[in-house]
Amino acid sequence: MPDRRPAAFYWLAALFALFVLFLYGPMITIVLLSFQGPDGGLTFPMNGVSIHWFNKLWSDGLPNVDIWAAFGRSVRLGLVVMLLTVLLSLLAGLAYRKRFKGSEALLFIVIASLIMPSIVVSLGIGLEFRLIDDAIKKYAPAVIADGFDTAMGLFSSALGAHLTWTSPFGLLIMFAIFNRFDPRYEEAARDLGASPWQALRHVVLPIIGASVVGIGLFGFTLSWDEIARTSQAVGYLNTLPLELQGQTTTVTTPVIYALGTLTTAVSLLVIAAAFAAILLLRRRQARHGLPAA
Amino acid sequence: MRVSTANMPSEPQIEKGLPAWVQALPLAAVFAIFFVVPLFLTVMVSFWNYNEYEILPDFTARNYLEAFEGCLDRLLSTAPELCTTLKTYLTTLRIATVVWLITLILGFAIAYFLAFHVRSLSVQIVLFLLCTIPFWTSNVIRMISWIPLLGRNGLINQTLLQLHVIKQPLEWLLFSDFAVILAFVHLYTLFMIVPIFNSMMRIDRSLVEAATDAGASGWQTLANVIIPLSKTGIVIGSIFVLTIVMGDFVTIGVMGGQQIASVGKMINTQMGALQFPPAAAHAVILLASVLMSIWGLTRLVDIRKEL
Repeated sequence: MPDRRPAAFYWLAALFALFVLFLYGPMITIVLLSFQGPDGGLTFPMNGVSIHWFNKLWSDGLPNVDIWAAFGRSVRLGLVVMLLTVLLSLLAGLAYRKRFKGSEALLFIVIASLIMPSIVVSLGIGLEFRLIDDAIKKYAPAVIADGFDTAMGLFSSALGAHLTWTSPFGLLIMFAIFNRFDPRYEEAARDLGASPWQALRHVVLPIIGASVVGIGLFGFTLSWDEIARTSQAVGYLNTLPLELQGQTTTVTTPVIYALGTLTTAVSLLVIAAAFAAILLLRRRQARHGLPAA
Repeated sequence: MRVSTANMPSEPQIEKGLPAWVQALPLAAVFAIFFVVPLFLTVMVSFWNYNEYEILPDFTARNYLEAFEGCLDRLLSTAPELCTTLKTYLTTLRIATVVWLITLILGFAIAYFLAFHVRSLSVQIVLFLLCTIPFWTSNVIRMISWIPLLGRNGLINQTLLQLHVIKQPLEWLLFSDFAVILAFVHLYTLFMIVPIFNSMMRIDRSLVEAATDAGASGWQTLANVIIPLSKTGIVIGSIFVLTIVMGDFVTIGVMGGQQIASVGKMINTQMGALQFPPAAAHAVILLASVLMSIWGLTRLVDIRKEL
């Protein structure tokens, strides 16, 4: 390679810098504006600097919505989705290292789910639960049917809707992990008399652990932001992004920016925690002379 | 070592662990319950009938016919015009095409820069993560964050007014086609960057050198070596962007000020009005068009080889 950079490098570097500004500029804007003074409005100029709008968000929430309840629901759902995404993808990832019947079909379905328009998935799940509700009200014994309203909810239909979005990412990451995984380590463990569970627990998991944290990161953050698939599948109680989406045109004070800053902070915190965990695990691997995958 | 354990008669057979299908079962079950069955039900209900109170099992083409009711008459009339449904589908298609073109060119340029112009691996990783981090933050917040910039009294209008470039604030910046397309590019260019970058990283660098040694200019190398070898990434990125934009209702709703119609929004509105069968019919039509492209594109590439 020549030492002097070609002219194209500088053009592309400039484009890249502009793109990064384009990505982060608006986000930085609302973080700044969320610290507006008490008399400040939705746009610049800043009318003083204060945490007035965060206080207001803390004490009053948003008009017409119980934003903190939605916040709590989204956190709980995000954590459950994260856990299940990791478990399901890890198990399925192990399965795909061997042959099994229907593996092609399952892969096709998983990929299809990833690129299926979310509104179609959401509508389908909404319909499914409506039909289940109707059937229960009509045919179930009185003990169940009396007072029954709907099977739809955060940890039934909404959870399922989220998993159709997060676990394809999880499975694809597992494929990437096992493509780089050297099976000889596992064979060595087996030859030394380890049971399959011991080989998994003491050899495979420590090697792939850091990458599995990445799956958890996708699980939580994608669930935390999800709107399209949740919209028709959530039941009566909305998640935080759904409430936010409804408030974009009705809230006319910087309190919505404060909420935006807060949710972004949660996302960034989760990202930072994931990266810290990955670095820590990698360092431990290096110390123990383990390979990374 | 395996020989010695096999020789001991009291030792049980080497365990194989759980069979693969058992390990795949939980994931398969989730996708059966929350993906396959719902899709099947959607197709089924699209042929059902409905009244103001309930949906009724039936086999009728009513929902499909009503979706395009009067479209033919209006097209063939003396003053031909498009019906609302066709207009909505065309708007969706137009926005999807524009967004696809912009994200493709931008995403390709960024991926090309990262893969071929950044020389150190650690810088590459850092810059790549810089592009990825916003993907893990909230999409709605990223949409809302354009409001103080694009609004009537937003930063852009304020600046242009002060510079005397314009006399009136520009009205088309926010709640417009422009805002919708801008937000899509903002949100989804990453879906192009990642697969294209992934393909480019697999290109054998000696091929590029050989092209240069044989006298190819930068553009010739790009057109004859790099673009053909990045085809898989381009295809995967295109599938992502096209399907997301085709089915969208959130971005078009928020950035269009709830004024622009799209297929996704139409379905969402009908669901809100509890008109499940017509919503399902539109979903099936949307699905058919999207599935056709997926089918065609998955025949071109083997996605598992790309990871």
